[in-house]
Amino acid sequence: MALDDFKDVIHRCFRCGYCKFTSNYTDFNCPPYNKFRLETFSPGGRMWLIRAMMLKDIEPSQHLADILYSCTMCANCVEECRFKFHDDIVDIIMEGKASLVESGMVPPTARDFFKNIYLSGNPWKEPQQKRGDWARHYGIPVYKPGDEYLYYVGCIGSYDQRVQKMAGAFGQLLLRAGLSFGILGEDEYCDGNEVLMMGEQGLFEYLAQKNIELFKERRVNKIVTLSPHAYNVMRNKYPRLGGDFEVVHYTELLKELISSGRLKVPGGRKIKVTYHDPCFLGRWNSIYDEPREVLESVDGVELVEMRRNRENAFCCGGGGGNFYTDIIGGGESSPSRIRVREAADTGADIIAVACPTCMTMIEDGLKGEDLDEKIMCNDISEIVLDAITSAEEG
Amino acid sequence: MPVKDGNSLYAGLTDILGQEFVSKEPEELYIYSRDSSANPPRPVDYVVMPSSVEEVQAIVKLASSKGIPLIPMGAALNLEGLTLPLKGGIVVDMRRMDKIIEVSEMDRYALVEAGVSQGKLISYLEEKYPMLQHSVPDAPPSATVAGSCLICGYGHLSTNYGTHAEMVNGLEVVLPTGEILRTGSAMLSTSLWFGRGSLPDLTGLFLGWLGTTGIVTKLSIRLYPRPPIRDMVIYMMQDSSIVPDVVYRITHTEVAEDVSIVGQERPEWMKGYQIIAAYVSAHTEKELDLKKSYLKRISKEEFKSKVSFMEEAPGELKEQFMELPFFATKVADWKKGGGFEYVGAIMPIDTLPEAWEKGIDIAHRFDMLYSYAIRVVEGGHHVLFTYSYPFNRADEVSMHNALSALKETQKLSLALGAIPWKPEVDGQKEIIKKMDKGTFKLMQRIRKLLDPGGIMNPGNWEVD
Ligand SMILES: Cc1cc2nc3c(=O)[nH]c(=O)nc-3n(C[C@H](O)[C@H](O)[C@H](O)COP(=O)(O)OP(=O)(O)OC[C@H]3O[C@@H](n4cnc5c(N)ncnc54)[C@H](O)[C@@H]3O)c2cc1C
Ligand code: SF4
Ligand code: SF4
Repeated sequence: MALDDFKDVIHRCFRCGYCKFTSNYTDFNCPPYNKFRLETFSPGGRMWLIRAMMLKDIEPSQHLADILYSCTMCANCVEECRFKFHDDIVDIIMEGKASLVESGMVPPTARDFFKNIYLSGNPWKEPQQKRGDWARHYGIPVYKPGDEYLYYVGCIGSYDQRVQKMAGAFGQLLLRAGLSFGILGEDEYCDGNEVLMMGEQGLFEYLAQKNIELFKERRVNKIVTLSPHAYNVMRNKYPRLGGDFEVVHYTELLKELISSGRLKVPGGRKIKVTYHDPCFLGRWNSIYDEPREVLESVDGVELVEMRRNRENAFCCGGGGGNFYTDIIGGGESSPSRIRVREAADTGADIIAVACPTCMTMIEDGLKGEDLDEKIMCNDISEIVLDAITSAEEG
Repeated sequence: MPVKDGNSLYAGLTDILGQEFVSKEPEELYIYSRDSSANPPRPVDYVVMPSSVEEVQAIVKLASSKGIPLIPMGAALNLEGLTLPLKGGIVVDMRRMDKIIEVSEMDRYALVEAGVSQGKLISYLEEKYPMLQHSVPDAPPSATVAGSCLICGYGHLSTNYGTHAEMVNGLEVVLPTGEILRTGSAMLSTSLWFGRGSLPDLTGLFLGWLGTTGIVTKLSIRLYPRPPIRDMVIYMMQDSSIVPDVVYRITHTEVAEDVSIVGQERPEWMKGYQIIAAYVSAHTEKELDLKKSYLKRISKEEFKSKVSFMEEAPGELKEQFMELPFFATKVADWKKGGGFEYVGAIMPIDTLPEAWEKGIDIAHRFDMLYSYAIRVVEGGHHVLFTYSYPFNRADEVSMHNALSALKETQKLSLALGAIPWKPEVDGQKEIIKKMDKGTFKLMQRIRKLLDPGGIMNPGNWEVD
């Protein structure tokens, strides 16, 4: 795809602003618009600016780059725009970013992100050989041909100390369920979802092809991903490049393991949990029920909803590379802080997440709001595992 | 007209608002110099977003000291280019002032800041005061409540209670000199917002003036009971000449809370029909049935076979008609081109048949399909007739046709004795030509008095 492919669509945006809201208009649900409030930062503003760039009415600039890269690709606009072309909006924004990549006008942090991934396979220039180190502690095996599932962990799960625990919790549940699976460890490479969302299409294709070749070489059929971002790209974008695998998100697999009885979840302690829908699981892939069903299968969990949930969930602010570039982070009006305030309003003890990016953003939000002593951020696997182990400990 | 002394002005603005909410970047200047209408872009020098009345005051004082135009803006959805600067200057985007300050359930009003969107007020009332409602225009929910009141707009309760200007209890305004004025009951105290009162009615100095007399920072608007049941009946006819009589009979029953008339050529089955939607609300099913029975009698007793009555509109149609706000925005995609604009003509109801037939001629002359939405106002004292012209933003011929049709329709409505609603700059000039000379002079004197430096949205309501 190229921006030119949207030339018959892009001018159809009326700048009416339905896309800024939740479905019932309670709040502005486009994170950068909510923060910056200038019309340029709204979905419609972006559509008009990208068209202006196509028509050469405006030149690529650093400010334009900030406007486009502040988009978290949360897809609220896709959900709420009332017109038939709504599915194209995020693709158009992605192509707008691709034009900026071509003209060398991306935010400096985005440039570093691409460079680091190209050179090191992850955004933080961490050594590749250490990618699988976290797994040893949990006894999680390396994938071998014939295993049922490849457990794809992703960059954040591999290197972020907090998210390693999330990755470990899910791995332990798979071990308990007796599934044959393994990780790629030091052979795992970035999935490319964020790179694609940030418009670096060449780098994305390079990563995707590298992964597809490796998966084929290892005779992978089924992949379970920790991250909804990896899930999205492997399920929806890899097939075009020849990578046709059966991809599931870990919450889908957990649900299946629990409902088939392969994973027994006894009652845990009484806790009030609110679930934060990740954009790449919810709005991008319509998975809303499975994570909730897993949580509800844990006796003792009282699931309470935030004001904005499911299709209306407010993004944590980390998508589209923003967990790294941090264009909309900082201050009281940063999306993650708004989201944890909303979670606190429910009276929940735990904010349950199902995405490594969300976990890092929500943890930051809790610290920013001084709520980290009051509310915990746990991933769904951690909650399930905790219920199992605390029952075992009596 | 480039702004003189730009650097010190920019520094002054950022002193007031911080850098985040002042822009002179090409991207913001591009977006704010254009709106969703077919009007040509008009250059903007700065965009600012204040968050408090004090900030608005400081901006006004700075602009006044430098003689720079200020253009107050809500969501820029007026569809007439009214927030595009005619003489350059600073666009003041009011949407950071978006607090719902107070709702008085007993006195049935809401006091809101000028940047509160329709969507926010709708959802707030639904959640916290489900027994109350405000009159919702067919505009997108991102439009501001203030914008609609200040242009004397219309909504789903206008058939009973009049225009949105009439629903204003009072305003807080920053005058072009930087002083603050309160109107209505708030003239006596900053905490009294319950009514317009019987004092000299200064509220009118800001209604219909298109941002040329001051920047409104707060407004109190009336709320109305919201019965739990809302339903509708539909009348269909193929003769525009009987529409005034049917509407007269409907409004005379006093049971319909909203009466709208629709006419369009697409979908095909609607072509040639006048469709009247009469909305009823009720507290019980029994009350609803009774009200509907009054409305049903009309077609049967007087109009017989000329008018068909539908007690139940078919599912999808009913869903569309019942939505609040009504999704009028859909017209923008009819030409797959992201644009439409309309002429709103406020006219006595007996003018409607002629306005209907002549409008079809104009639409067809400019290669367009006719599309009308007409709202009966204040119990039937007049109607707001809107002629919509969709266009394709990427096709110059289509834009040209829409603009030509708009101009012709403006002329038609003036010739029919109608008042063009929220007219764009050329329309304003046409109105001034027809206006009583003494009245126009008084308007100019009022403006001079309020805005000695001529900084408020200059070019509007002016001869040249
Ligand atoms: C699809 C569609 C349907 C519509 N249907 C309706 C309808 O049914 N009824 C209706 O009434 N309108 C309708 N409109 C017109 C218009 O959108 C609304 O009236 C809307 O409420 C205008 O609000 P806004 O915030 O966009 O105001 P803007 O367009 O930003 O401003 C309107 C005018 O008010 C001035 N202004 C705005 N804020 C201030 C302020 N704080 N102080 C001083 N002056 C100010 C501006 O300078 C301008 O002259 C429709 C528009 C669209 C696009
Ligand atoms: S993207 Fe859709 S909803 Fe948003 S402004 Fe454009 S047309 Fe309206
Ligand atoms: S994807 Fe999300 S952040 Fe990006 S424009 Fe749409 S609503 Fe805004």
